Amino acid sequence: MRLRVNPIACTGHGMCAELLPELIQLDPWGYPLLAGEEVPRQLAAHARRAAEACPTLALLLDESLVPGVRRGRRDAG
Amino acid sequence: MNTATIANRAVPRLLAGLSYYGPASLDEHDRQHGQPPAVGPRFIDVVEASGLTGRGGAGFPTGRKMRIVASARGSKVVVANGCEGEPASSKDRLLLTMLPHLVLDGLVAAAMAVGAKESYLCVHDHETALLDSLNDAVAGRGDPVRIQVTGVPGRYVASEQSSLVQYLNGGPAKPTFAPPRPQERGVRRLPTLVNNVETLAHLALIVRYGDRWFRSAGLPAAPGTMLVTVNGAVCRPGVHEIELGTSVGNVVMRAGGPAEPPQALLIGGYFGAWLPADVAWPLRMTHAALKAAGGALGAGMVIALPESSCLLAETARVVRYLANEGAGQCGPCIFGLPALADAMADLAYHGGRGRALSQLAMLIPLVEGRGACKHPDGVTQLIRSALRVAAEDARRHDQTGPCRGIIREPLLPLPGED
Repeated sequence: MRLRVNPIACTGHGMCAELLPELIQLDPWGYPLLAGEEVPRQLAAHARRAAEACPTLALLLDESLVPGVRRGRRDAG
Repeated sequence: MNTATIANRAVPRLLAGLSYYGPASLDEHDRQHGQPPAVGPRFIDVVEASGLTGRGGAGFPTGRKMRIVASARGSKVVVANGCEGEPASSKDRLLLTMLPHLVLDGLVAAAMAVGAKESYLCVHDHETALLDSLNDAVAGRGDPVRIQVTGVPGRYVASEQSSLVQYLNGGPAKPTFAPPRPQERGVRRLPTLVNNVETLAHLALIVRYGDRWFRSAGLPAAPGTMLVTVNGAVCRPGVHEIELGTSVGNVVMRAGGPAEPPQALLIGGYFGAWLPADVAWPLRMTHAALKAAGGALGAGMVIALPESSCLLAETARVVRYLANEGAGQCGPCIFGLPALADAMADLAYHGGRGRALSQLAMLIPLVEGRGACKHPDGVTQLIRSALRVAAEDARRHDQTGPCRGIIREPLLPLPGED
């Protein structure tokens, strides 16, 4: 699973850094800085929640590269 | 035959039909080059074999781009990019004003090869005389492809290919978030081939003379000729046609040589990089050679900066211009570029506070790679190269104050100053 930000859509609400502080920090202007594109398995649920919570849908999760993971699957737990 | 004669024979190609007395008419153009043959999809093989790469700055293989567009089903669109957003470049304008039929022949050949029935020729909308002359040129040709001459807002990032596509789709002339790329989904969601006008002009000659002829100039790995714009402290600034692989020094000498002892050369324009003049002098003008030396070929601009100028002040001024030219879409660019411009101005003109360099070191990674387009990365590459080439001067500026060079009239060209 990979994480991307659409920098045009992002307006710096900062929700993602609240929900996924392990991978996302904010720059001095409030825009997200990603620690890396790859999302470790144990953070997948948090990453999905952060992507869904983004008010401008600027945080993108690409699950297509991981076999066996359906796109947009919600975490059951 | 000695090598000098061979070199002299390879150029001019594009500029062979250049007249002192005005634009080349269609008759004059046909007399110079002969009429172009009609082409189909097999022309793409020829373009691939020629090794032509995009002359707009990125250097992507033209044949491969054509192949991607041609491989899709249904209608396609071709866009000729004549916007030339780089203030230090004049080559596209020269082609469009003096040799328009070379560009138009190439546009038609590209459209026929990829199977497009319509095309756009984009230039800045404030160039009303150019728009008129291009419309006249198109009207007198009777091409099998529809060519719409289109004015595009004259800001720096408007000439980025996704900006052009968004503008032609009725949106703002600003870059979009990729993917999809124009080759996959562009104008009216159709696969769209966007080529720089010089690239198309080369196609106009390849369609007549073939790929082997094209490769007979330049290097095996970087074939053909290219247009370069030489500026700054040289005796004869202007546009020259060179073989790829010509040395940087040779390019400067063709422009009459240095008008004053040079300290550094800015190669590749404002998306390029500074190199010390003596380091740059023997380097070959190819994407690979300049990249290996920490520079960039870009769209072939060379600017000579004399010893008496302040490289930091020149860079600060251009960085301010570039910061104002952003599309204003991405946060790191909206906030980061003005902050970089402030820090560069601080370093260049105020100095003596010992904190501009650390401010720059903090800001550069916060901007790099974080925009939808490459505009912010171009700015940081320029600043990085300035701090590398003028490292000692930068330390002196930061610790004790500006050098005497800042009193000199700025040399780097910016729009609205000529």
